[in-house]
Amino acid sequence: MSSLVEQPRGIELADRPADVAMNMGWTAQAHEWATTVDHKKIGIMYVVMSIVFLVIGGIEAILMRWQLFYPRSKVLDQDTFNQLFTMHGTTMVFFVGMPILIGIGNYFVPLMIGARDMAFPRLNAFGFWVTLFGGVMVYMSYITGGAPAVGWFAYAPLTSNTFSRGAATDFWALGLIVSGIGTIAGGVNFIATILGMRAPGMTLRKVPFFVWTMLWTSFQILLAIPPLTAALTMIIFDRQLGAHFFDVPNGGSAYLWQHLFWFFGHPEVYILILPVFGMVSEIIPVFSRKVLFGYEFMAAATMGIAFISLSVWAHHMFCVGMGRMPDLFFAVATFLVSIPTGIKFFNWLATMYGGRIWFASPMLFSFGFLSMFLIGGLTGIMLGAAPFDFQLSDSYFVVGHFHWVLIGGTLFGTFAGIHYWYPKVTGRMLSERLARWQFWLLYIGFILTFGPMHISGVLGMPRRIYTYDAGHGWEIWNQLSTLGALIQVPSYAILVYNLITSLWKGKPAGDDPWDAWTLEWMTTSPPPSYNFEEVPTVHSRRPLWDLKHPEDPDWQYE
Amino acid sequence: MTQPASDLPVPPPIAPERMLKPAQWGMASFLLSEVAFFCTLIATYVAFMGKDTVGPTPAQALSLPLVIATTICLLSSSVVIHFAERSLHRGEQKRFLFLLAGTAALGIVFLLGTAIEWRTLIVDHHLTIGRNLFGSTYYTLVGFHGLHVTVGIVAMLIVLVLAIGRELTEKFRNGVELVAWYWHFVDAVWIVVFLVVYVASRSSGA
Repeated sequence: MSSLVEQPRGIELADRPADVAMNMGWTAQAHEWATTVDHKKIGIMYVVMSIVFLVIGGIEAILMRWQLFYPRSKVLDQDTFNQLFTMHGTTMVFFVGMPILIGIGNYFVPLMIGARDMAFPRLNAFGFWVTLFGGVMVYMSYITGGAPAVGWFAYAPLTSNTFSRGAATDFWALGLIVSGIGTIAGGVNFIATILGMRAPGMTLRKVPFFVWTMLWTSFQILLAIPPLTAALTMIIFDRQLGAHFFDVPNGGSAYLWQHLFWFFGHPEVYILILPVFGMVSEIIPVFSRKVLFGYEFMAAATMGIAFISLSVWAHHMFCVGMGRMPDLFFAVATFLVSIPTGIKFFNWLATMYGGRIWFASPMLFSFGFLSMFLIGGLTGIMLGAAPFDFQLSDSYFVVGHFHWVLIGGTLFGTFAGIHYWYPKVTGRMLSERLARWQFWLLYIGFILTFGPMHISGVLGMPRRIYTYDAGHGWEIWNQLSTLGALIQVPSYAILVYNLITSLWKGKPAGDDPWDAWTLEWMTTSPPPSYNFEEVPTVHSRRPLWDLKHPEDPDWQYE
Repeated sequence: MTQPASDLPVPPPIAPERMLKPAQWGMASFLLSEVAFFCTLIATYVAFMGKDTVGPTPAQALSLPLVIATTICLLSSSVVIHFAERSLHRGEQKRFLFLLAGTAALGIVFLLGTAIEWRTLIVDHHLTIGRNLFGSTYYTLVGFHGLHVTVGIVAMLIVLVLAIGRELTEKFRNGVELVAWYWHFVDAVWIVVFLVVYVASRSSGA
């Protein structure tokens, strides 16, 4: 009964479409969400889906840490453990990382460029549902008698019928093909929207930085996901039709799979980080009260990363024995990526330098991003040096490294974005107190989980083992990791609690709570379904600054 | 602080941008993803060229006359759809319908040729997808290309059904343009497939 829903008091209800929706019956609401083609609703559904999968993937991680707490522990058997790390990796990459970024992009790219929707609204809805069904399909493998146990990068010949007898690997491959189609649909939509639908006056040199990074992320999606689709199709042909792509006894090649997978896999990690660079580049200027330092260099660095990252994939394969020239080439290409990334870092620091820094929650998470992603980047350079990688490939050092990048980079940055834009999406502020608890628990728990992994890796602990013998000196580091994971748990619980309760408990946000400068803050919070009553005209990179300061507009200086 | 409105700086006029329409960007970026897809299949084909442990090899199984005929059909269909577009822009609806139907027909002839070729390969040469690496890579590459030809034919049939007895709007013309882009792309892929499969791997002697 809609009359039982408690209405928020003290603010204008008529202006808030979300509250109008709350007065509909729940079936009407469900119908509304299931059939919507509004980029904002689709964006919210992407983010909610990702958070649900984040919790699932997190539970899988906790189970694995529990098993590794003691040597020769018997909490999980090896098959279950193999399934858990496969599902954990697959879930976090395909059903948390990409959809949460695509979702935030979906919501904010049209708003930031002054458009009324994405270029292809129905394709957009299709992309979301297909991504969701892909995720469901991968998890359906559990009802076939167990999840795939092949690792998230599924090295041949593990995926062959000989080693994966059930249907789980087929479900996994099909699910990723299906969700990959959704991701490509998203990429196509972003490019068409950003290149074809910007507000009058917003030339490509004036787009908000988040929009610019979404453009290049989409470019990478278009070049990286289709090879994965092709390679997964080959797996299915091998398994179901008796083809021989990865079938070594009949001339097939396990090595080819590694090339095809990592040709997708390495651009993928940049797909997961570029939008975050964009978010942080929106947040740091607003909370330092300065314009983004070196916009042109930042823009060029983004392009540079998008192109260079297409030629570094085989640094995941140094231990395969590719030969000296390929090793050299891919090591050098890997080092090259650190140049544009370094440019970005120094520009963020220069943006903050001399600014009036305001450590509200979005800035706090951006600070977490800057400090942690730097360390993850540096261990990445270490692993990019082929001789170093020979020693530590497939050890816990690598696990520590990429979690440092994906949590320290992608997750902290995404949380910064969520705290920055939540007021726009809901019309309510998140609780700053809870945000601070969430941040510090995550910061400490994260360092405690993944820091020791670097040490256990150097001490020789291989990744993906379900247990280990006592006496290698690995116990204490594993126990610290598990302890850190337990500290992280309440942090995620606080996030979910904060996101839900702030919907009605949060302070009303107003249109522009951060005194920001991009177009999304020009419309109401939450925005009406048509976004802008009047399509805005843009003269500079900070159109809202120009409106607020007509006596000193930015376009005089750009 | 606020100055009288007349003293405020006046922004320069906005120059209109001349770029593609959103739908054109959409099709162009979709085709870029298709390039990545076919590059993967072609790279795989090339990587396995001459690595077979059992026959038949491309040189033994593939024969040129039929495929040259179907290739001519497919490539000329690109020319036909180009003229179809031109007559659409001139408003010659009947001629447009005729030429578009002709394009689809040439595509169907191409598919029929592929069907006959595959029948020969399977029945006479016992080449199936599970026979050897050549079979796996050949059927995957040529099969996915054939699938794209099929999708293009379906798209053209939809356009035909929509166009019969109706006034053709600007929006419709834009849609036809995108179908034509897709069709040119499918033809361009075939040129590469033809060169790799029927020229390079056939003559490599393996």
